[in-house]
Amino acid sequence: MIYLDHAATTPMRPGVWEAMRPYAEDVFGNSSGVHDVSRRAKNALEEARERIAASIGAGSREIVFTSGGTEADNLGIKGVSLNSTPRRGVVTVVTEHEAVIETTDFLRRHGVPTSVVGVDRNGRVDLSSIIDAVDANTAVVSVMLLNNETGVIQDIAEIASAVEEHEPGVLVHSDAVQAFSSEEIDVDNLGVDLLTITGHKFGGPKGAGLLYVREGIPLEPVLHGGGQELGRRSGTHDVAAAVGLATAMEAALADRPRFRSQVGQMRDDFEKRVLAGVPGALVNTPEVSRSSHHLNVRFPGVRNETLLMRLDRAGVAASAGSACQSGASEVSHVLEGMGLSPGEARESVRFSFGWNSTADEAMDAAAIVIDLIEELR
Amino acid sequence: MRALVAMSGGVDSSVAAALMREAGHDVVGVTLKLWSGPNGEAPTAGCCTVSDSEDARRVAAQVDIPYYVLDYTDEFRDGVVHRFVRDYGSGRTPNPCIECNRTVKFDRLLNGLADFDSEVLVTGHHARNRHVDGSWQLHRGMDRAKDQSYVLSMLTQSELSRIRLPVGELTKTEVRSIAAGMGLRTADKPESMDICFVGQRDYRGFLRDAAPEVFEPGPLLASDGTELGRHDGIVGFTVGQRRGLGVAVGEPRFVVRIDSASSTVVLGRRDELAVAGVGVDQLTWTEGTPFSGQVMAQYRAHGKPVAGTLHDDRLLFAEPQDAVAPGQTVAFYDEGRVLGGGLIAETFV
Repeated sequence: MIYLDHAATTPMRPGVWEAMRPYAEDVFGNSSGVHDVSRRAKNALEEARERIAASIGAGSREIVFTSGGTEADNLGIKGVSLNSTPRRGVVTVVTEHEAVIETTDFLRRHGVPTSVVGVDRNGRVDLSSIIDAVDANTAVVSVMLLNNETGVIQDIAEIASAVEEHEPGVLVHSDAVQAFSSEEIDVDNLGVDLLTITGHKFGGPKGAGLLYVREGIPLEPVLHGGGQELGRRSGTHDVAAAVGLATAMEAALADRPRFRSQVGQMRDDFEKRVLAGVPGALVNTPEVSRSSHHLNVRFPGVRNETLLMRLDRAGVAASAGSACQSGASEVSHVLEGMGLSPGEARESVRFSFGWNSTADEAMDAAAIVIDLIEELR
Repeated sequence: MRALVAMSGGVDSSVAAALMREAGHDVVGVTLKLWSGPNGEAPTAGCCTVSDSEDARRVAAQVDIPYYVLDYTDEFRDGVVHRFVRDYGSGRTPNPCIECNRTVKFDRLLNGLADFDSEVLVTGHHARNRHVDGSWQLHRGMDRAKDQSYVLSMLTQSELSRIRLPVGELTKTEVRSIAAGMGLRTADKPESMDICFVGQRDYRGFLRDAAPEVFEPGPLLASDGTELGRHDGIVGFTVGQRRGLGVAVGEPRFVVRIDSASSTVVLGRRDELAVAGVGVDQLTWTEGTPFSGQVMAQYRAHGKPVAGTLHDDRLLFAEPQDAVAPGQTVAFYDEGRVLGGGLIAETFV
């Protein structure tokens, strides 16, 4: 199998599973307990937290462990919309992940003022339209750093400073789930107050994520219970997951320069080959700041559902839009947000490369794509 | 052979997939996503609910074939649901499941076979198609009680040659016992009866939500023209209907005629329901050649076939028939062999 769906999830990096394993077996204790096996688990948890905090330029008290990106997005947005401060409103962008879009819609249905800002043809949000949507009621502006479907990168630092200048006191959240493999993530450089990261996008375990919460921000929990994570997220800690997350973050951080150049080169070569071999093929994200490892491309006249099925049968894994519960691909709200028609969105496919992709795989996959499209047309 | 199996999540198509796989074919399973409500919710009744596609997915994994869900919601809405609304609005009684077979399942999947890298389409229908002397014949299924050849009567040679119906050779009991023997999770699954986009409620409730504009009030007349009352829309009525007429006249009354132009529903006694024959449109012939003469005709999905004489597009019943509803499919048989079929356009007395 040639796996080109790393934006959906990616395999664990070497060493991660081994690092986690002791905390599922010997050091199985509940990190809130009073005895030795629990103290050792707690110690591993806090050590993981420190390593994680260091890899995004944060303090360890600013890290809240979650079950992944969706929970971190929910906590980041609901947590500051529903907290003790008078500001409630949410401003976000039409191309966000469902975890942000649906959380925002949930708050809207419960009376919170919300605003969903559009993007241009290139998937970029216009700074002034964000500023126009922010007012004295706004609690948080949430903008994804690197789009999961297109790889489009937003200038979070610029957005954060403009929001700060326009309406001090408004918090900025960024879903950075797709970004950690390739982009420098330093919470102070980005100027964010809240940031979502999840492990399984860069070689960590699934079910392990975090929300960065800048010191001093009151956060209403979403999960209530025993008061773990300084009352911000209840539930017995998954110490193995936290250790796996920390291990993968350090590995991804160290691998980042290679990833950007080598994996980026594979994506570029694949893209060049496919565009040369498929008449009429169009990249959906032209001339913009885009990640090194995503390619969202449209093949006019070919339904993506059919192409993905044929690619799967030929041993190439790719995807389109986001899969609904039944497994049918739905029209991508991201591409529609960028102004593509539903028909054009249904001709679009995402190929995404990852830490263990190889140049040979990229070339073989390109040849398969070219052949299949010729057959399907 | 490379075979595409349309899997609804029921026991018949599960066994169809398993039998094809066991026979050594290169099999791919697909489920069609056909409908979601106005808020994107999946249907909870009928042949293609979310839990059905989960059953199909698990069966596909068990028999070890690739499995995909294909999204045909646009085609289904335009080709089936809109027509359902339009037909009821014009006083006809549509059969959306047959329309779905015709315009979505068979049309899309057969036309797409090459794209799906398959040679034949396999379904779980209880009917048989046989290749005899260079031509394809469609026959009733082995299990006469479960026979579904009626809903396939619109198929023609080019389609029949690319369709395989492995469970048509089996009784339902055999199908279930094969499924149980293979440990398939669908072995004891009840059959779906509801129209998937209507669900378990009344179809009138669906129409009231989906197309309130088709409800136009009008008179309820006796067959001599006397006004017996008013109704709030002809879409609430089907020829032959006895219950829920909204009038009481002492003796049983039935809907004998619906006139969409004047929004009139005519009620009469049972003997007034009788029709001598029907005019048929969209006629097709399974073996290509139009047929005239003595046939057995079936005009309801589970109705008994009745004798008649077919001449061009007019069918004259040997005995007058009750409750024949325009819009329904009529299928023509010679013994167990399907000659063809069409839609009832009009009835005559």
